[in-house]
Amino acid sequence: MWKRKEDEYGTSVEPPTSGSPSVPTAPQRPVETPRSDVMRSAEVATIGKSVVVKGELSGSEDLIIDGEVEGSIALRGQTLTVGPNGRVRANVEARNVVLYGRLDGDIHATDRVDLRKSASLAGNISTARISIEDGAFFKGGIDIQKAESGKTESRVQVAAAAHMPAAMSAQGALLEPKKV
Amino acid sequence: MAPGIFNKWFGGSSRQGVDDESVPGEKVIRRSTGFNEFIKAISREQGLKILDLGSTSAANITFMTGLGHGFHQGDVLRQASDKSLLVPNGDDSPTLDVERFLRESMNFAREDFDAVMFWDVADFLPDSLVAPVIERVHYAMKPGGTMLAFFHTKDAGPDAPFYRYNIAAKDTLELQPVRGFRLRRIYQNRQVENLFRDYASIKFFLGRDNIREMLIIR
Repeated sequence: MWKRKEDEYGTSVEPPTSGSPSVPTAPQRPVETPRSDVMRSAEVATIGKSVVVKGELSGSEDLIIDGEVEGSIALRGQTLTVGPNGRVRANVEARNVVLYGRLDGDIHATDRVDLRKSASLAGNISTARISIEDGAFFKGGIDIQKAESGKTESRVQVAAAAHMPAAMSAQGALLEPKKV
Repeated sequence: MAPGIFNKWFGGSSRQGVDDESVPGEKVIRRSTGFNEFIKAISREQGLKILDLGSTSAANITFMTGLGHGFHQGDVLRQASDKSLLVPNGDDSPTLDVERFLRESMNFAREDFDAVMFWDVADFLPDSLVAPVIERVHYAMKPGGTMLAFFHTKDAGPDAPFYRYNIAAKDTLELQPVRGFRLRRIYQNRQVENLFRDYASIKFFLGRDNIREMLIIR
């Protein structure tokens, strides 16, 4: 159920390399790194596609859901990814949300929401930045949050650059919302 | 977490069992007087609430939020094509559960929206949904609100493509063909007026192509 993905999907810290990577070399002893640092940078939990969870999910590490979740999800400061097999019925709080599968519920992301073209979202989005690929289904409202003064300014980003109208491409695909 | 990791894992953005709906390489840039008038109408103040009933478009979200408006996406055609809405009807072809569609897909609050981008959705909707959808939009619009709607003329053939309308500029639209929807009918002007009889006014803009543009005031 809860798998660590760092080895399987390459989320672990890149091992230090020297010289050409294509040249086979004798096994090297990894450079010693404080274990706590490695764990912190590689913390990704996964809910596999055969797993069904009902209830509250909260945590302080990134989470990948490729199964079914019903309830609520709170990953403050972290990234939630709903995989192509993922089916989520929950309100979500996270720093970033990347959606390949289906999500029914509201998203509050402090930084960014990415809807990939296989995504289906029925719910409201509150975020600083949003990216939607052509083909993604979305039903709901969007509230672009203004960043606090002194911090990064909020903005809307069009990810589907290939389909972007020329006039918008000329603006570098980034538009800042005016004050409402 | 690096986004590339997920691309690696999920193989980019491959759609699960569904082909990409977009038809590449056939986009059309269209100057639109009706859309220009629509933009003028919603540019008088900020903080309006805009409803887009067409296909989900990142460009439209960017443009409208850039104007300082709130944005709500509907994508009613995708929702109307949900096969679970079909109810078996004996030996006849199944009927569409209109009440369920309105309840699940158009459950808007009364007089909530200042403006609606209806595009040419009415020409592609199933027959049983056209009048109920227009009625529900009337319910959801504020009095004096503005709607932009397109209708095909009699010159349009049955193979007229369905487009995702991407806003390119205040008077320019990028039309991106989307597969999966067929033109179901052509409305005459009198029929259009009848569809929107509960609205305050309709203004027609004739284009050079097979599209009539309309600005409809609630």
